[in-house]
Amino acid sequence: MADTAHAAPDGAPRRDFLKLVTGAFAAVGVGAIAWPFIASLQPAKDTLALASTDVDLAPITEGQAITVMWRGKPVFVRNRTAKEIEEARAVPVNSMPDPATDQSRVQKDEWLVLIGICTHLGCVPTGQKPTDTRGDYGGWFCPCHGSHYDSAGRIRKGPAPRNLDVPQYAFTSDTKIRIG
Amino acid sequence: MSIGLHKSEFSNPLVRWIDQRLPVFTMMQKEYGTFPTPRNFNYFWNFGALAMVTLMIMIATGIFLSMHYVANTNLAFDSVERIMRDVNSGWLIRYVHMNGASMFFIVVYIHIFRGMYYGSYKAPRELLWMLGVTIFLLMMATAFMGYVLPWGQMSFWGATVITNLFSAFPVVGNFIVELLWGGFSVDNATLNRFFSLHYLLPFVILGVVFLHVAALHITGSNNPLGIEPKGAQDTLPFHPYYTAKDSVGLVVYFIVFAGLVFFAPNYLGHADNYIPANPLVTPPHIVPEWYFLPYYAILRAVPDKLGGVLLMFGSILIWFVLPWLDRSPVRSMRFRPLARPFFLLWAVNFLVLLWVGAKPAEGTYVLIAQISTAYYFAYFLVVLPLLAKFERPLPLPESISRPVLGGGPLSMGAAAKPMEKA
Ligand code: HEM
Ligand code: FES
Repeated sequence: MADTAHAAPDGAPRRDFLKLVTGAFAAVGVGAIAWPFIASLQPAKDTLALASTDVDLAPITEGQAITVMWRGKPVFVRNRTAKEIEEARAVPVNSMPDPATDQSRVQKDEWLVLIGICTHLGCVPTGQKPTDTRGDYGGWFCPCHGSHYDSAGRIRKGPAPRNLDVPQYAFTSDTKIRIG
Repeated sequence: MSIGLHKSEFSNPLVRWIDQRLPVFTMMQKEYGTFPTPRNFNYFWNFGALAMVTLMIMIATGIFLSMHYVANTNLAFDSVERIMRDVNSGWLIRYVHMNGASMFFIVVYIHIFRGMYYGSYKAPRELLWMLGVTIFLLMMATAFMGYVLPWGQMSFWGATVITNLFSAFPVVGNFIVELLWGGFSVDNATLNRFFSLHYLLPFVILGVVFLHVAALHITGSNNPLGIEPKGAQDTLPFHPYYTAKDSVGLVVYFIVFAGLVFFAPNYLGHADNYIPANPLVTPPHIVPEWYFLPYYAILRAVPDKLGGVLLMFGSILIWFVLPWLDRSPVRSMRFRPLARPFFLLWAVNFLVLLWVGAKPAEGTYVLIAQISTAYYFAYFLVVLPLLAKFERPLPLPESISRPVLGGGPLSMGAAAKPMEKA
C-alpha cells in the first residue's frame, strides 16, 4: 500500500473492470472450446444420411400392417379397413388428450404411417401383428406403462402425453412412399 | 534434518527417505493409524470401508472385462457371451462384476440408512453427507450405463426408457435426449458413449470418495450415541481397533458376496437380458435392476409424465437438503422417541417401494405406490420439520466413555472438566 498516493481515486473500479473483462473473455473462451465437444455428441453426418427409407405398399393387404426401420426407429405402416377409418372419424376430437382429426394424420385415408414409439418413454406398442393386443381403442397398446392408442394412432388413455408421431413422408407413386 | 524436508518419525531408511520428501507414510499413519475414533462404534460403521472395498473390486474386474468386451451393437452381446464361455475365468470376473454392482448398492444403502438413523448428516457433517449423496448419484449413473453394455433386451429397453425420461423436460428435453443418444434412438453411438462414461465415472467416484474421507477426517466420525467425543477416554486409535473390527465385517461381506457369485449369480438379474437387444420388440414387462426399483415405483405412481420424472429425481435430490429439513439438535434416533418410529417406518416404506416397483403398474399396486410415495416425501417435508419443533428428546449421556467405564452420573460441573484417564 506504499503507492496509495499514486492510485487514482477510481483505481478500484478500474480493477473491477479489468476483472470483468478477463472473466468475460475466459467465459467466451470456455464456451468456444466446449462447443465442438458438445457438437461431437450430436448425431453424426452418417447417422443423418440414413435419413430416408422407401416402402413398397403393394404387398400390404387391407387390415394388414408392416413395420420398417427408419433412423433406427420402427415405423408402422397400416392399411386400414373401412371400419377402422370410420371409427377413427366418428369420435369427437375434443375429448382426447391430444386432439387431432383423423384427416390431419393421413395423406390417403387407408394408409396410416406412424413412428412406432410410445410418446411416454419410448417403448414399441403392440398391435402390428393380428395376434397382438390392440388396447381398448383398437389401435395399439403400449405394455410398458399402459398407454392405449386408437386406429389413428391417437393417445386415448394412459400416461403418454402425445399421439404417435407421424413422420415426414411422401407418396412417390400410387403404391410407394418415401419416409424422411 | 536439512531444510525443506518433512520431519519423519519412520526408522526404515527407505520409508524415511521417501517420507521426508513426500510424507505419505506420515499421512497414512495419522489418518488410518493413530486416528482417534469414537470407541463405541457398532457394526453399522463397517459399511464405509466395505463400500471402498467394493469400489476397488468393481474397478479391478471392470478393467479386465474391458480387455475382452467390444462396444459395438453387432458384437457386444456376443463378446459378453464369449467372456462367459471362452475367456479363461471370464465367467468369474463377469459374475463378480455383475453381483459386485448389487453388493455395492446393498452396502451403500445400509451405509446411508446408518447415516440417517444416527443423524450423521447434521452439523458439522453436512458437506460430508452431501458428498455422499453425490457419490450415490454417480454410482447410479455408472450402474445404469454398465447394465446397457451387454446389449440384451433389458439393456436396450432400460436405456430407452431411462433416456426418454429427459424428454419430459420442456424446451431442452429433446435436445438432451439426442445428446445422450447421438442419433435418433438408442443405438451404436449410445453404446459407445455409455462404455466410455462407464469406464470414466468410477474414477470420478474415487475422487469424490477421497473428498468424502478428507471431510470425514476434519469432523471426525459420528457414533451410535450421536454425541461428540469429549477427550482421549472417548476414542481409540483406528489401528488396530477398527482395522480389526472392519476385518470381521469384511469376512462376512465376502461370504455373502461369494454366496451370490457361486450359488445364485443370476438371482438378482433379469432373464430377458440374455436375449439380444431387439429394437423392434419391447419385452412385455420392463423392470430396472432391483436397486432402482424404489425410484421406478415413484415414477410410475404419478399419472403425469413430467410430474413423475420430477418426483423421481426429487426423491434423491431431497437428501441433499436433509441437514436443513431436520433441525433437531439431537443426532441419534436412540434419543428421539418420536422420530425413531417415523424413520423406521420410512425405511420399511422404502422397501415397499422397492417391492411395488417390480409389480405391473395396475390396480392396487398403483395405489400402494402412491401412498408410499406420499409418505416418502412427507417424512422429509412434514414429519422431520415438525418434530424438530415439538419432539422432547430423551436425556443424552454425559459422554461416550461414561456408560462403558462406569462411575455414577456426573454432576453438571464435573462433566465440563476434561478427564485425563484414557
Ligand atoms: C462404480 C463401479 C461400477 C459399477 C457399479 C458397475 C456396474 C456394472 C454393471 C451393472 C454392469 C452390467 C453387468 C451385466 O449385467 O452383465 C457392468 C458391465 C461392465 N462394466 Fe462395470 N461397473 C463399475 C465399474 C467399472 C469399471 C471401472 C470398468 C472398466 C474399467 C467397468 C467395465 C465394465 C464392462 C466392460 C462391462 C460389460 C461386461 C458385462 O456386461 O459384464 N465397470 N458394470
Ligand atoms: S413407454 Fe409406453 S406407456 Fe410408458
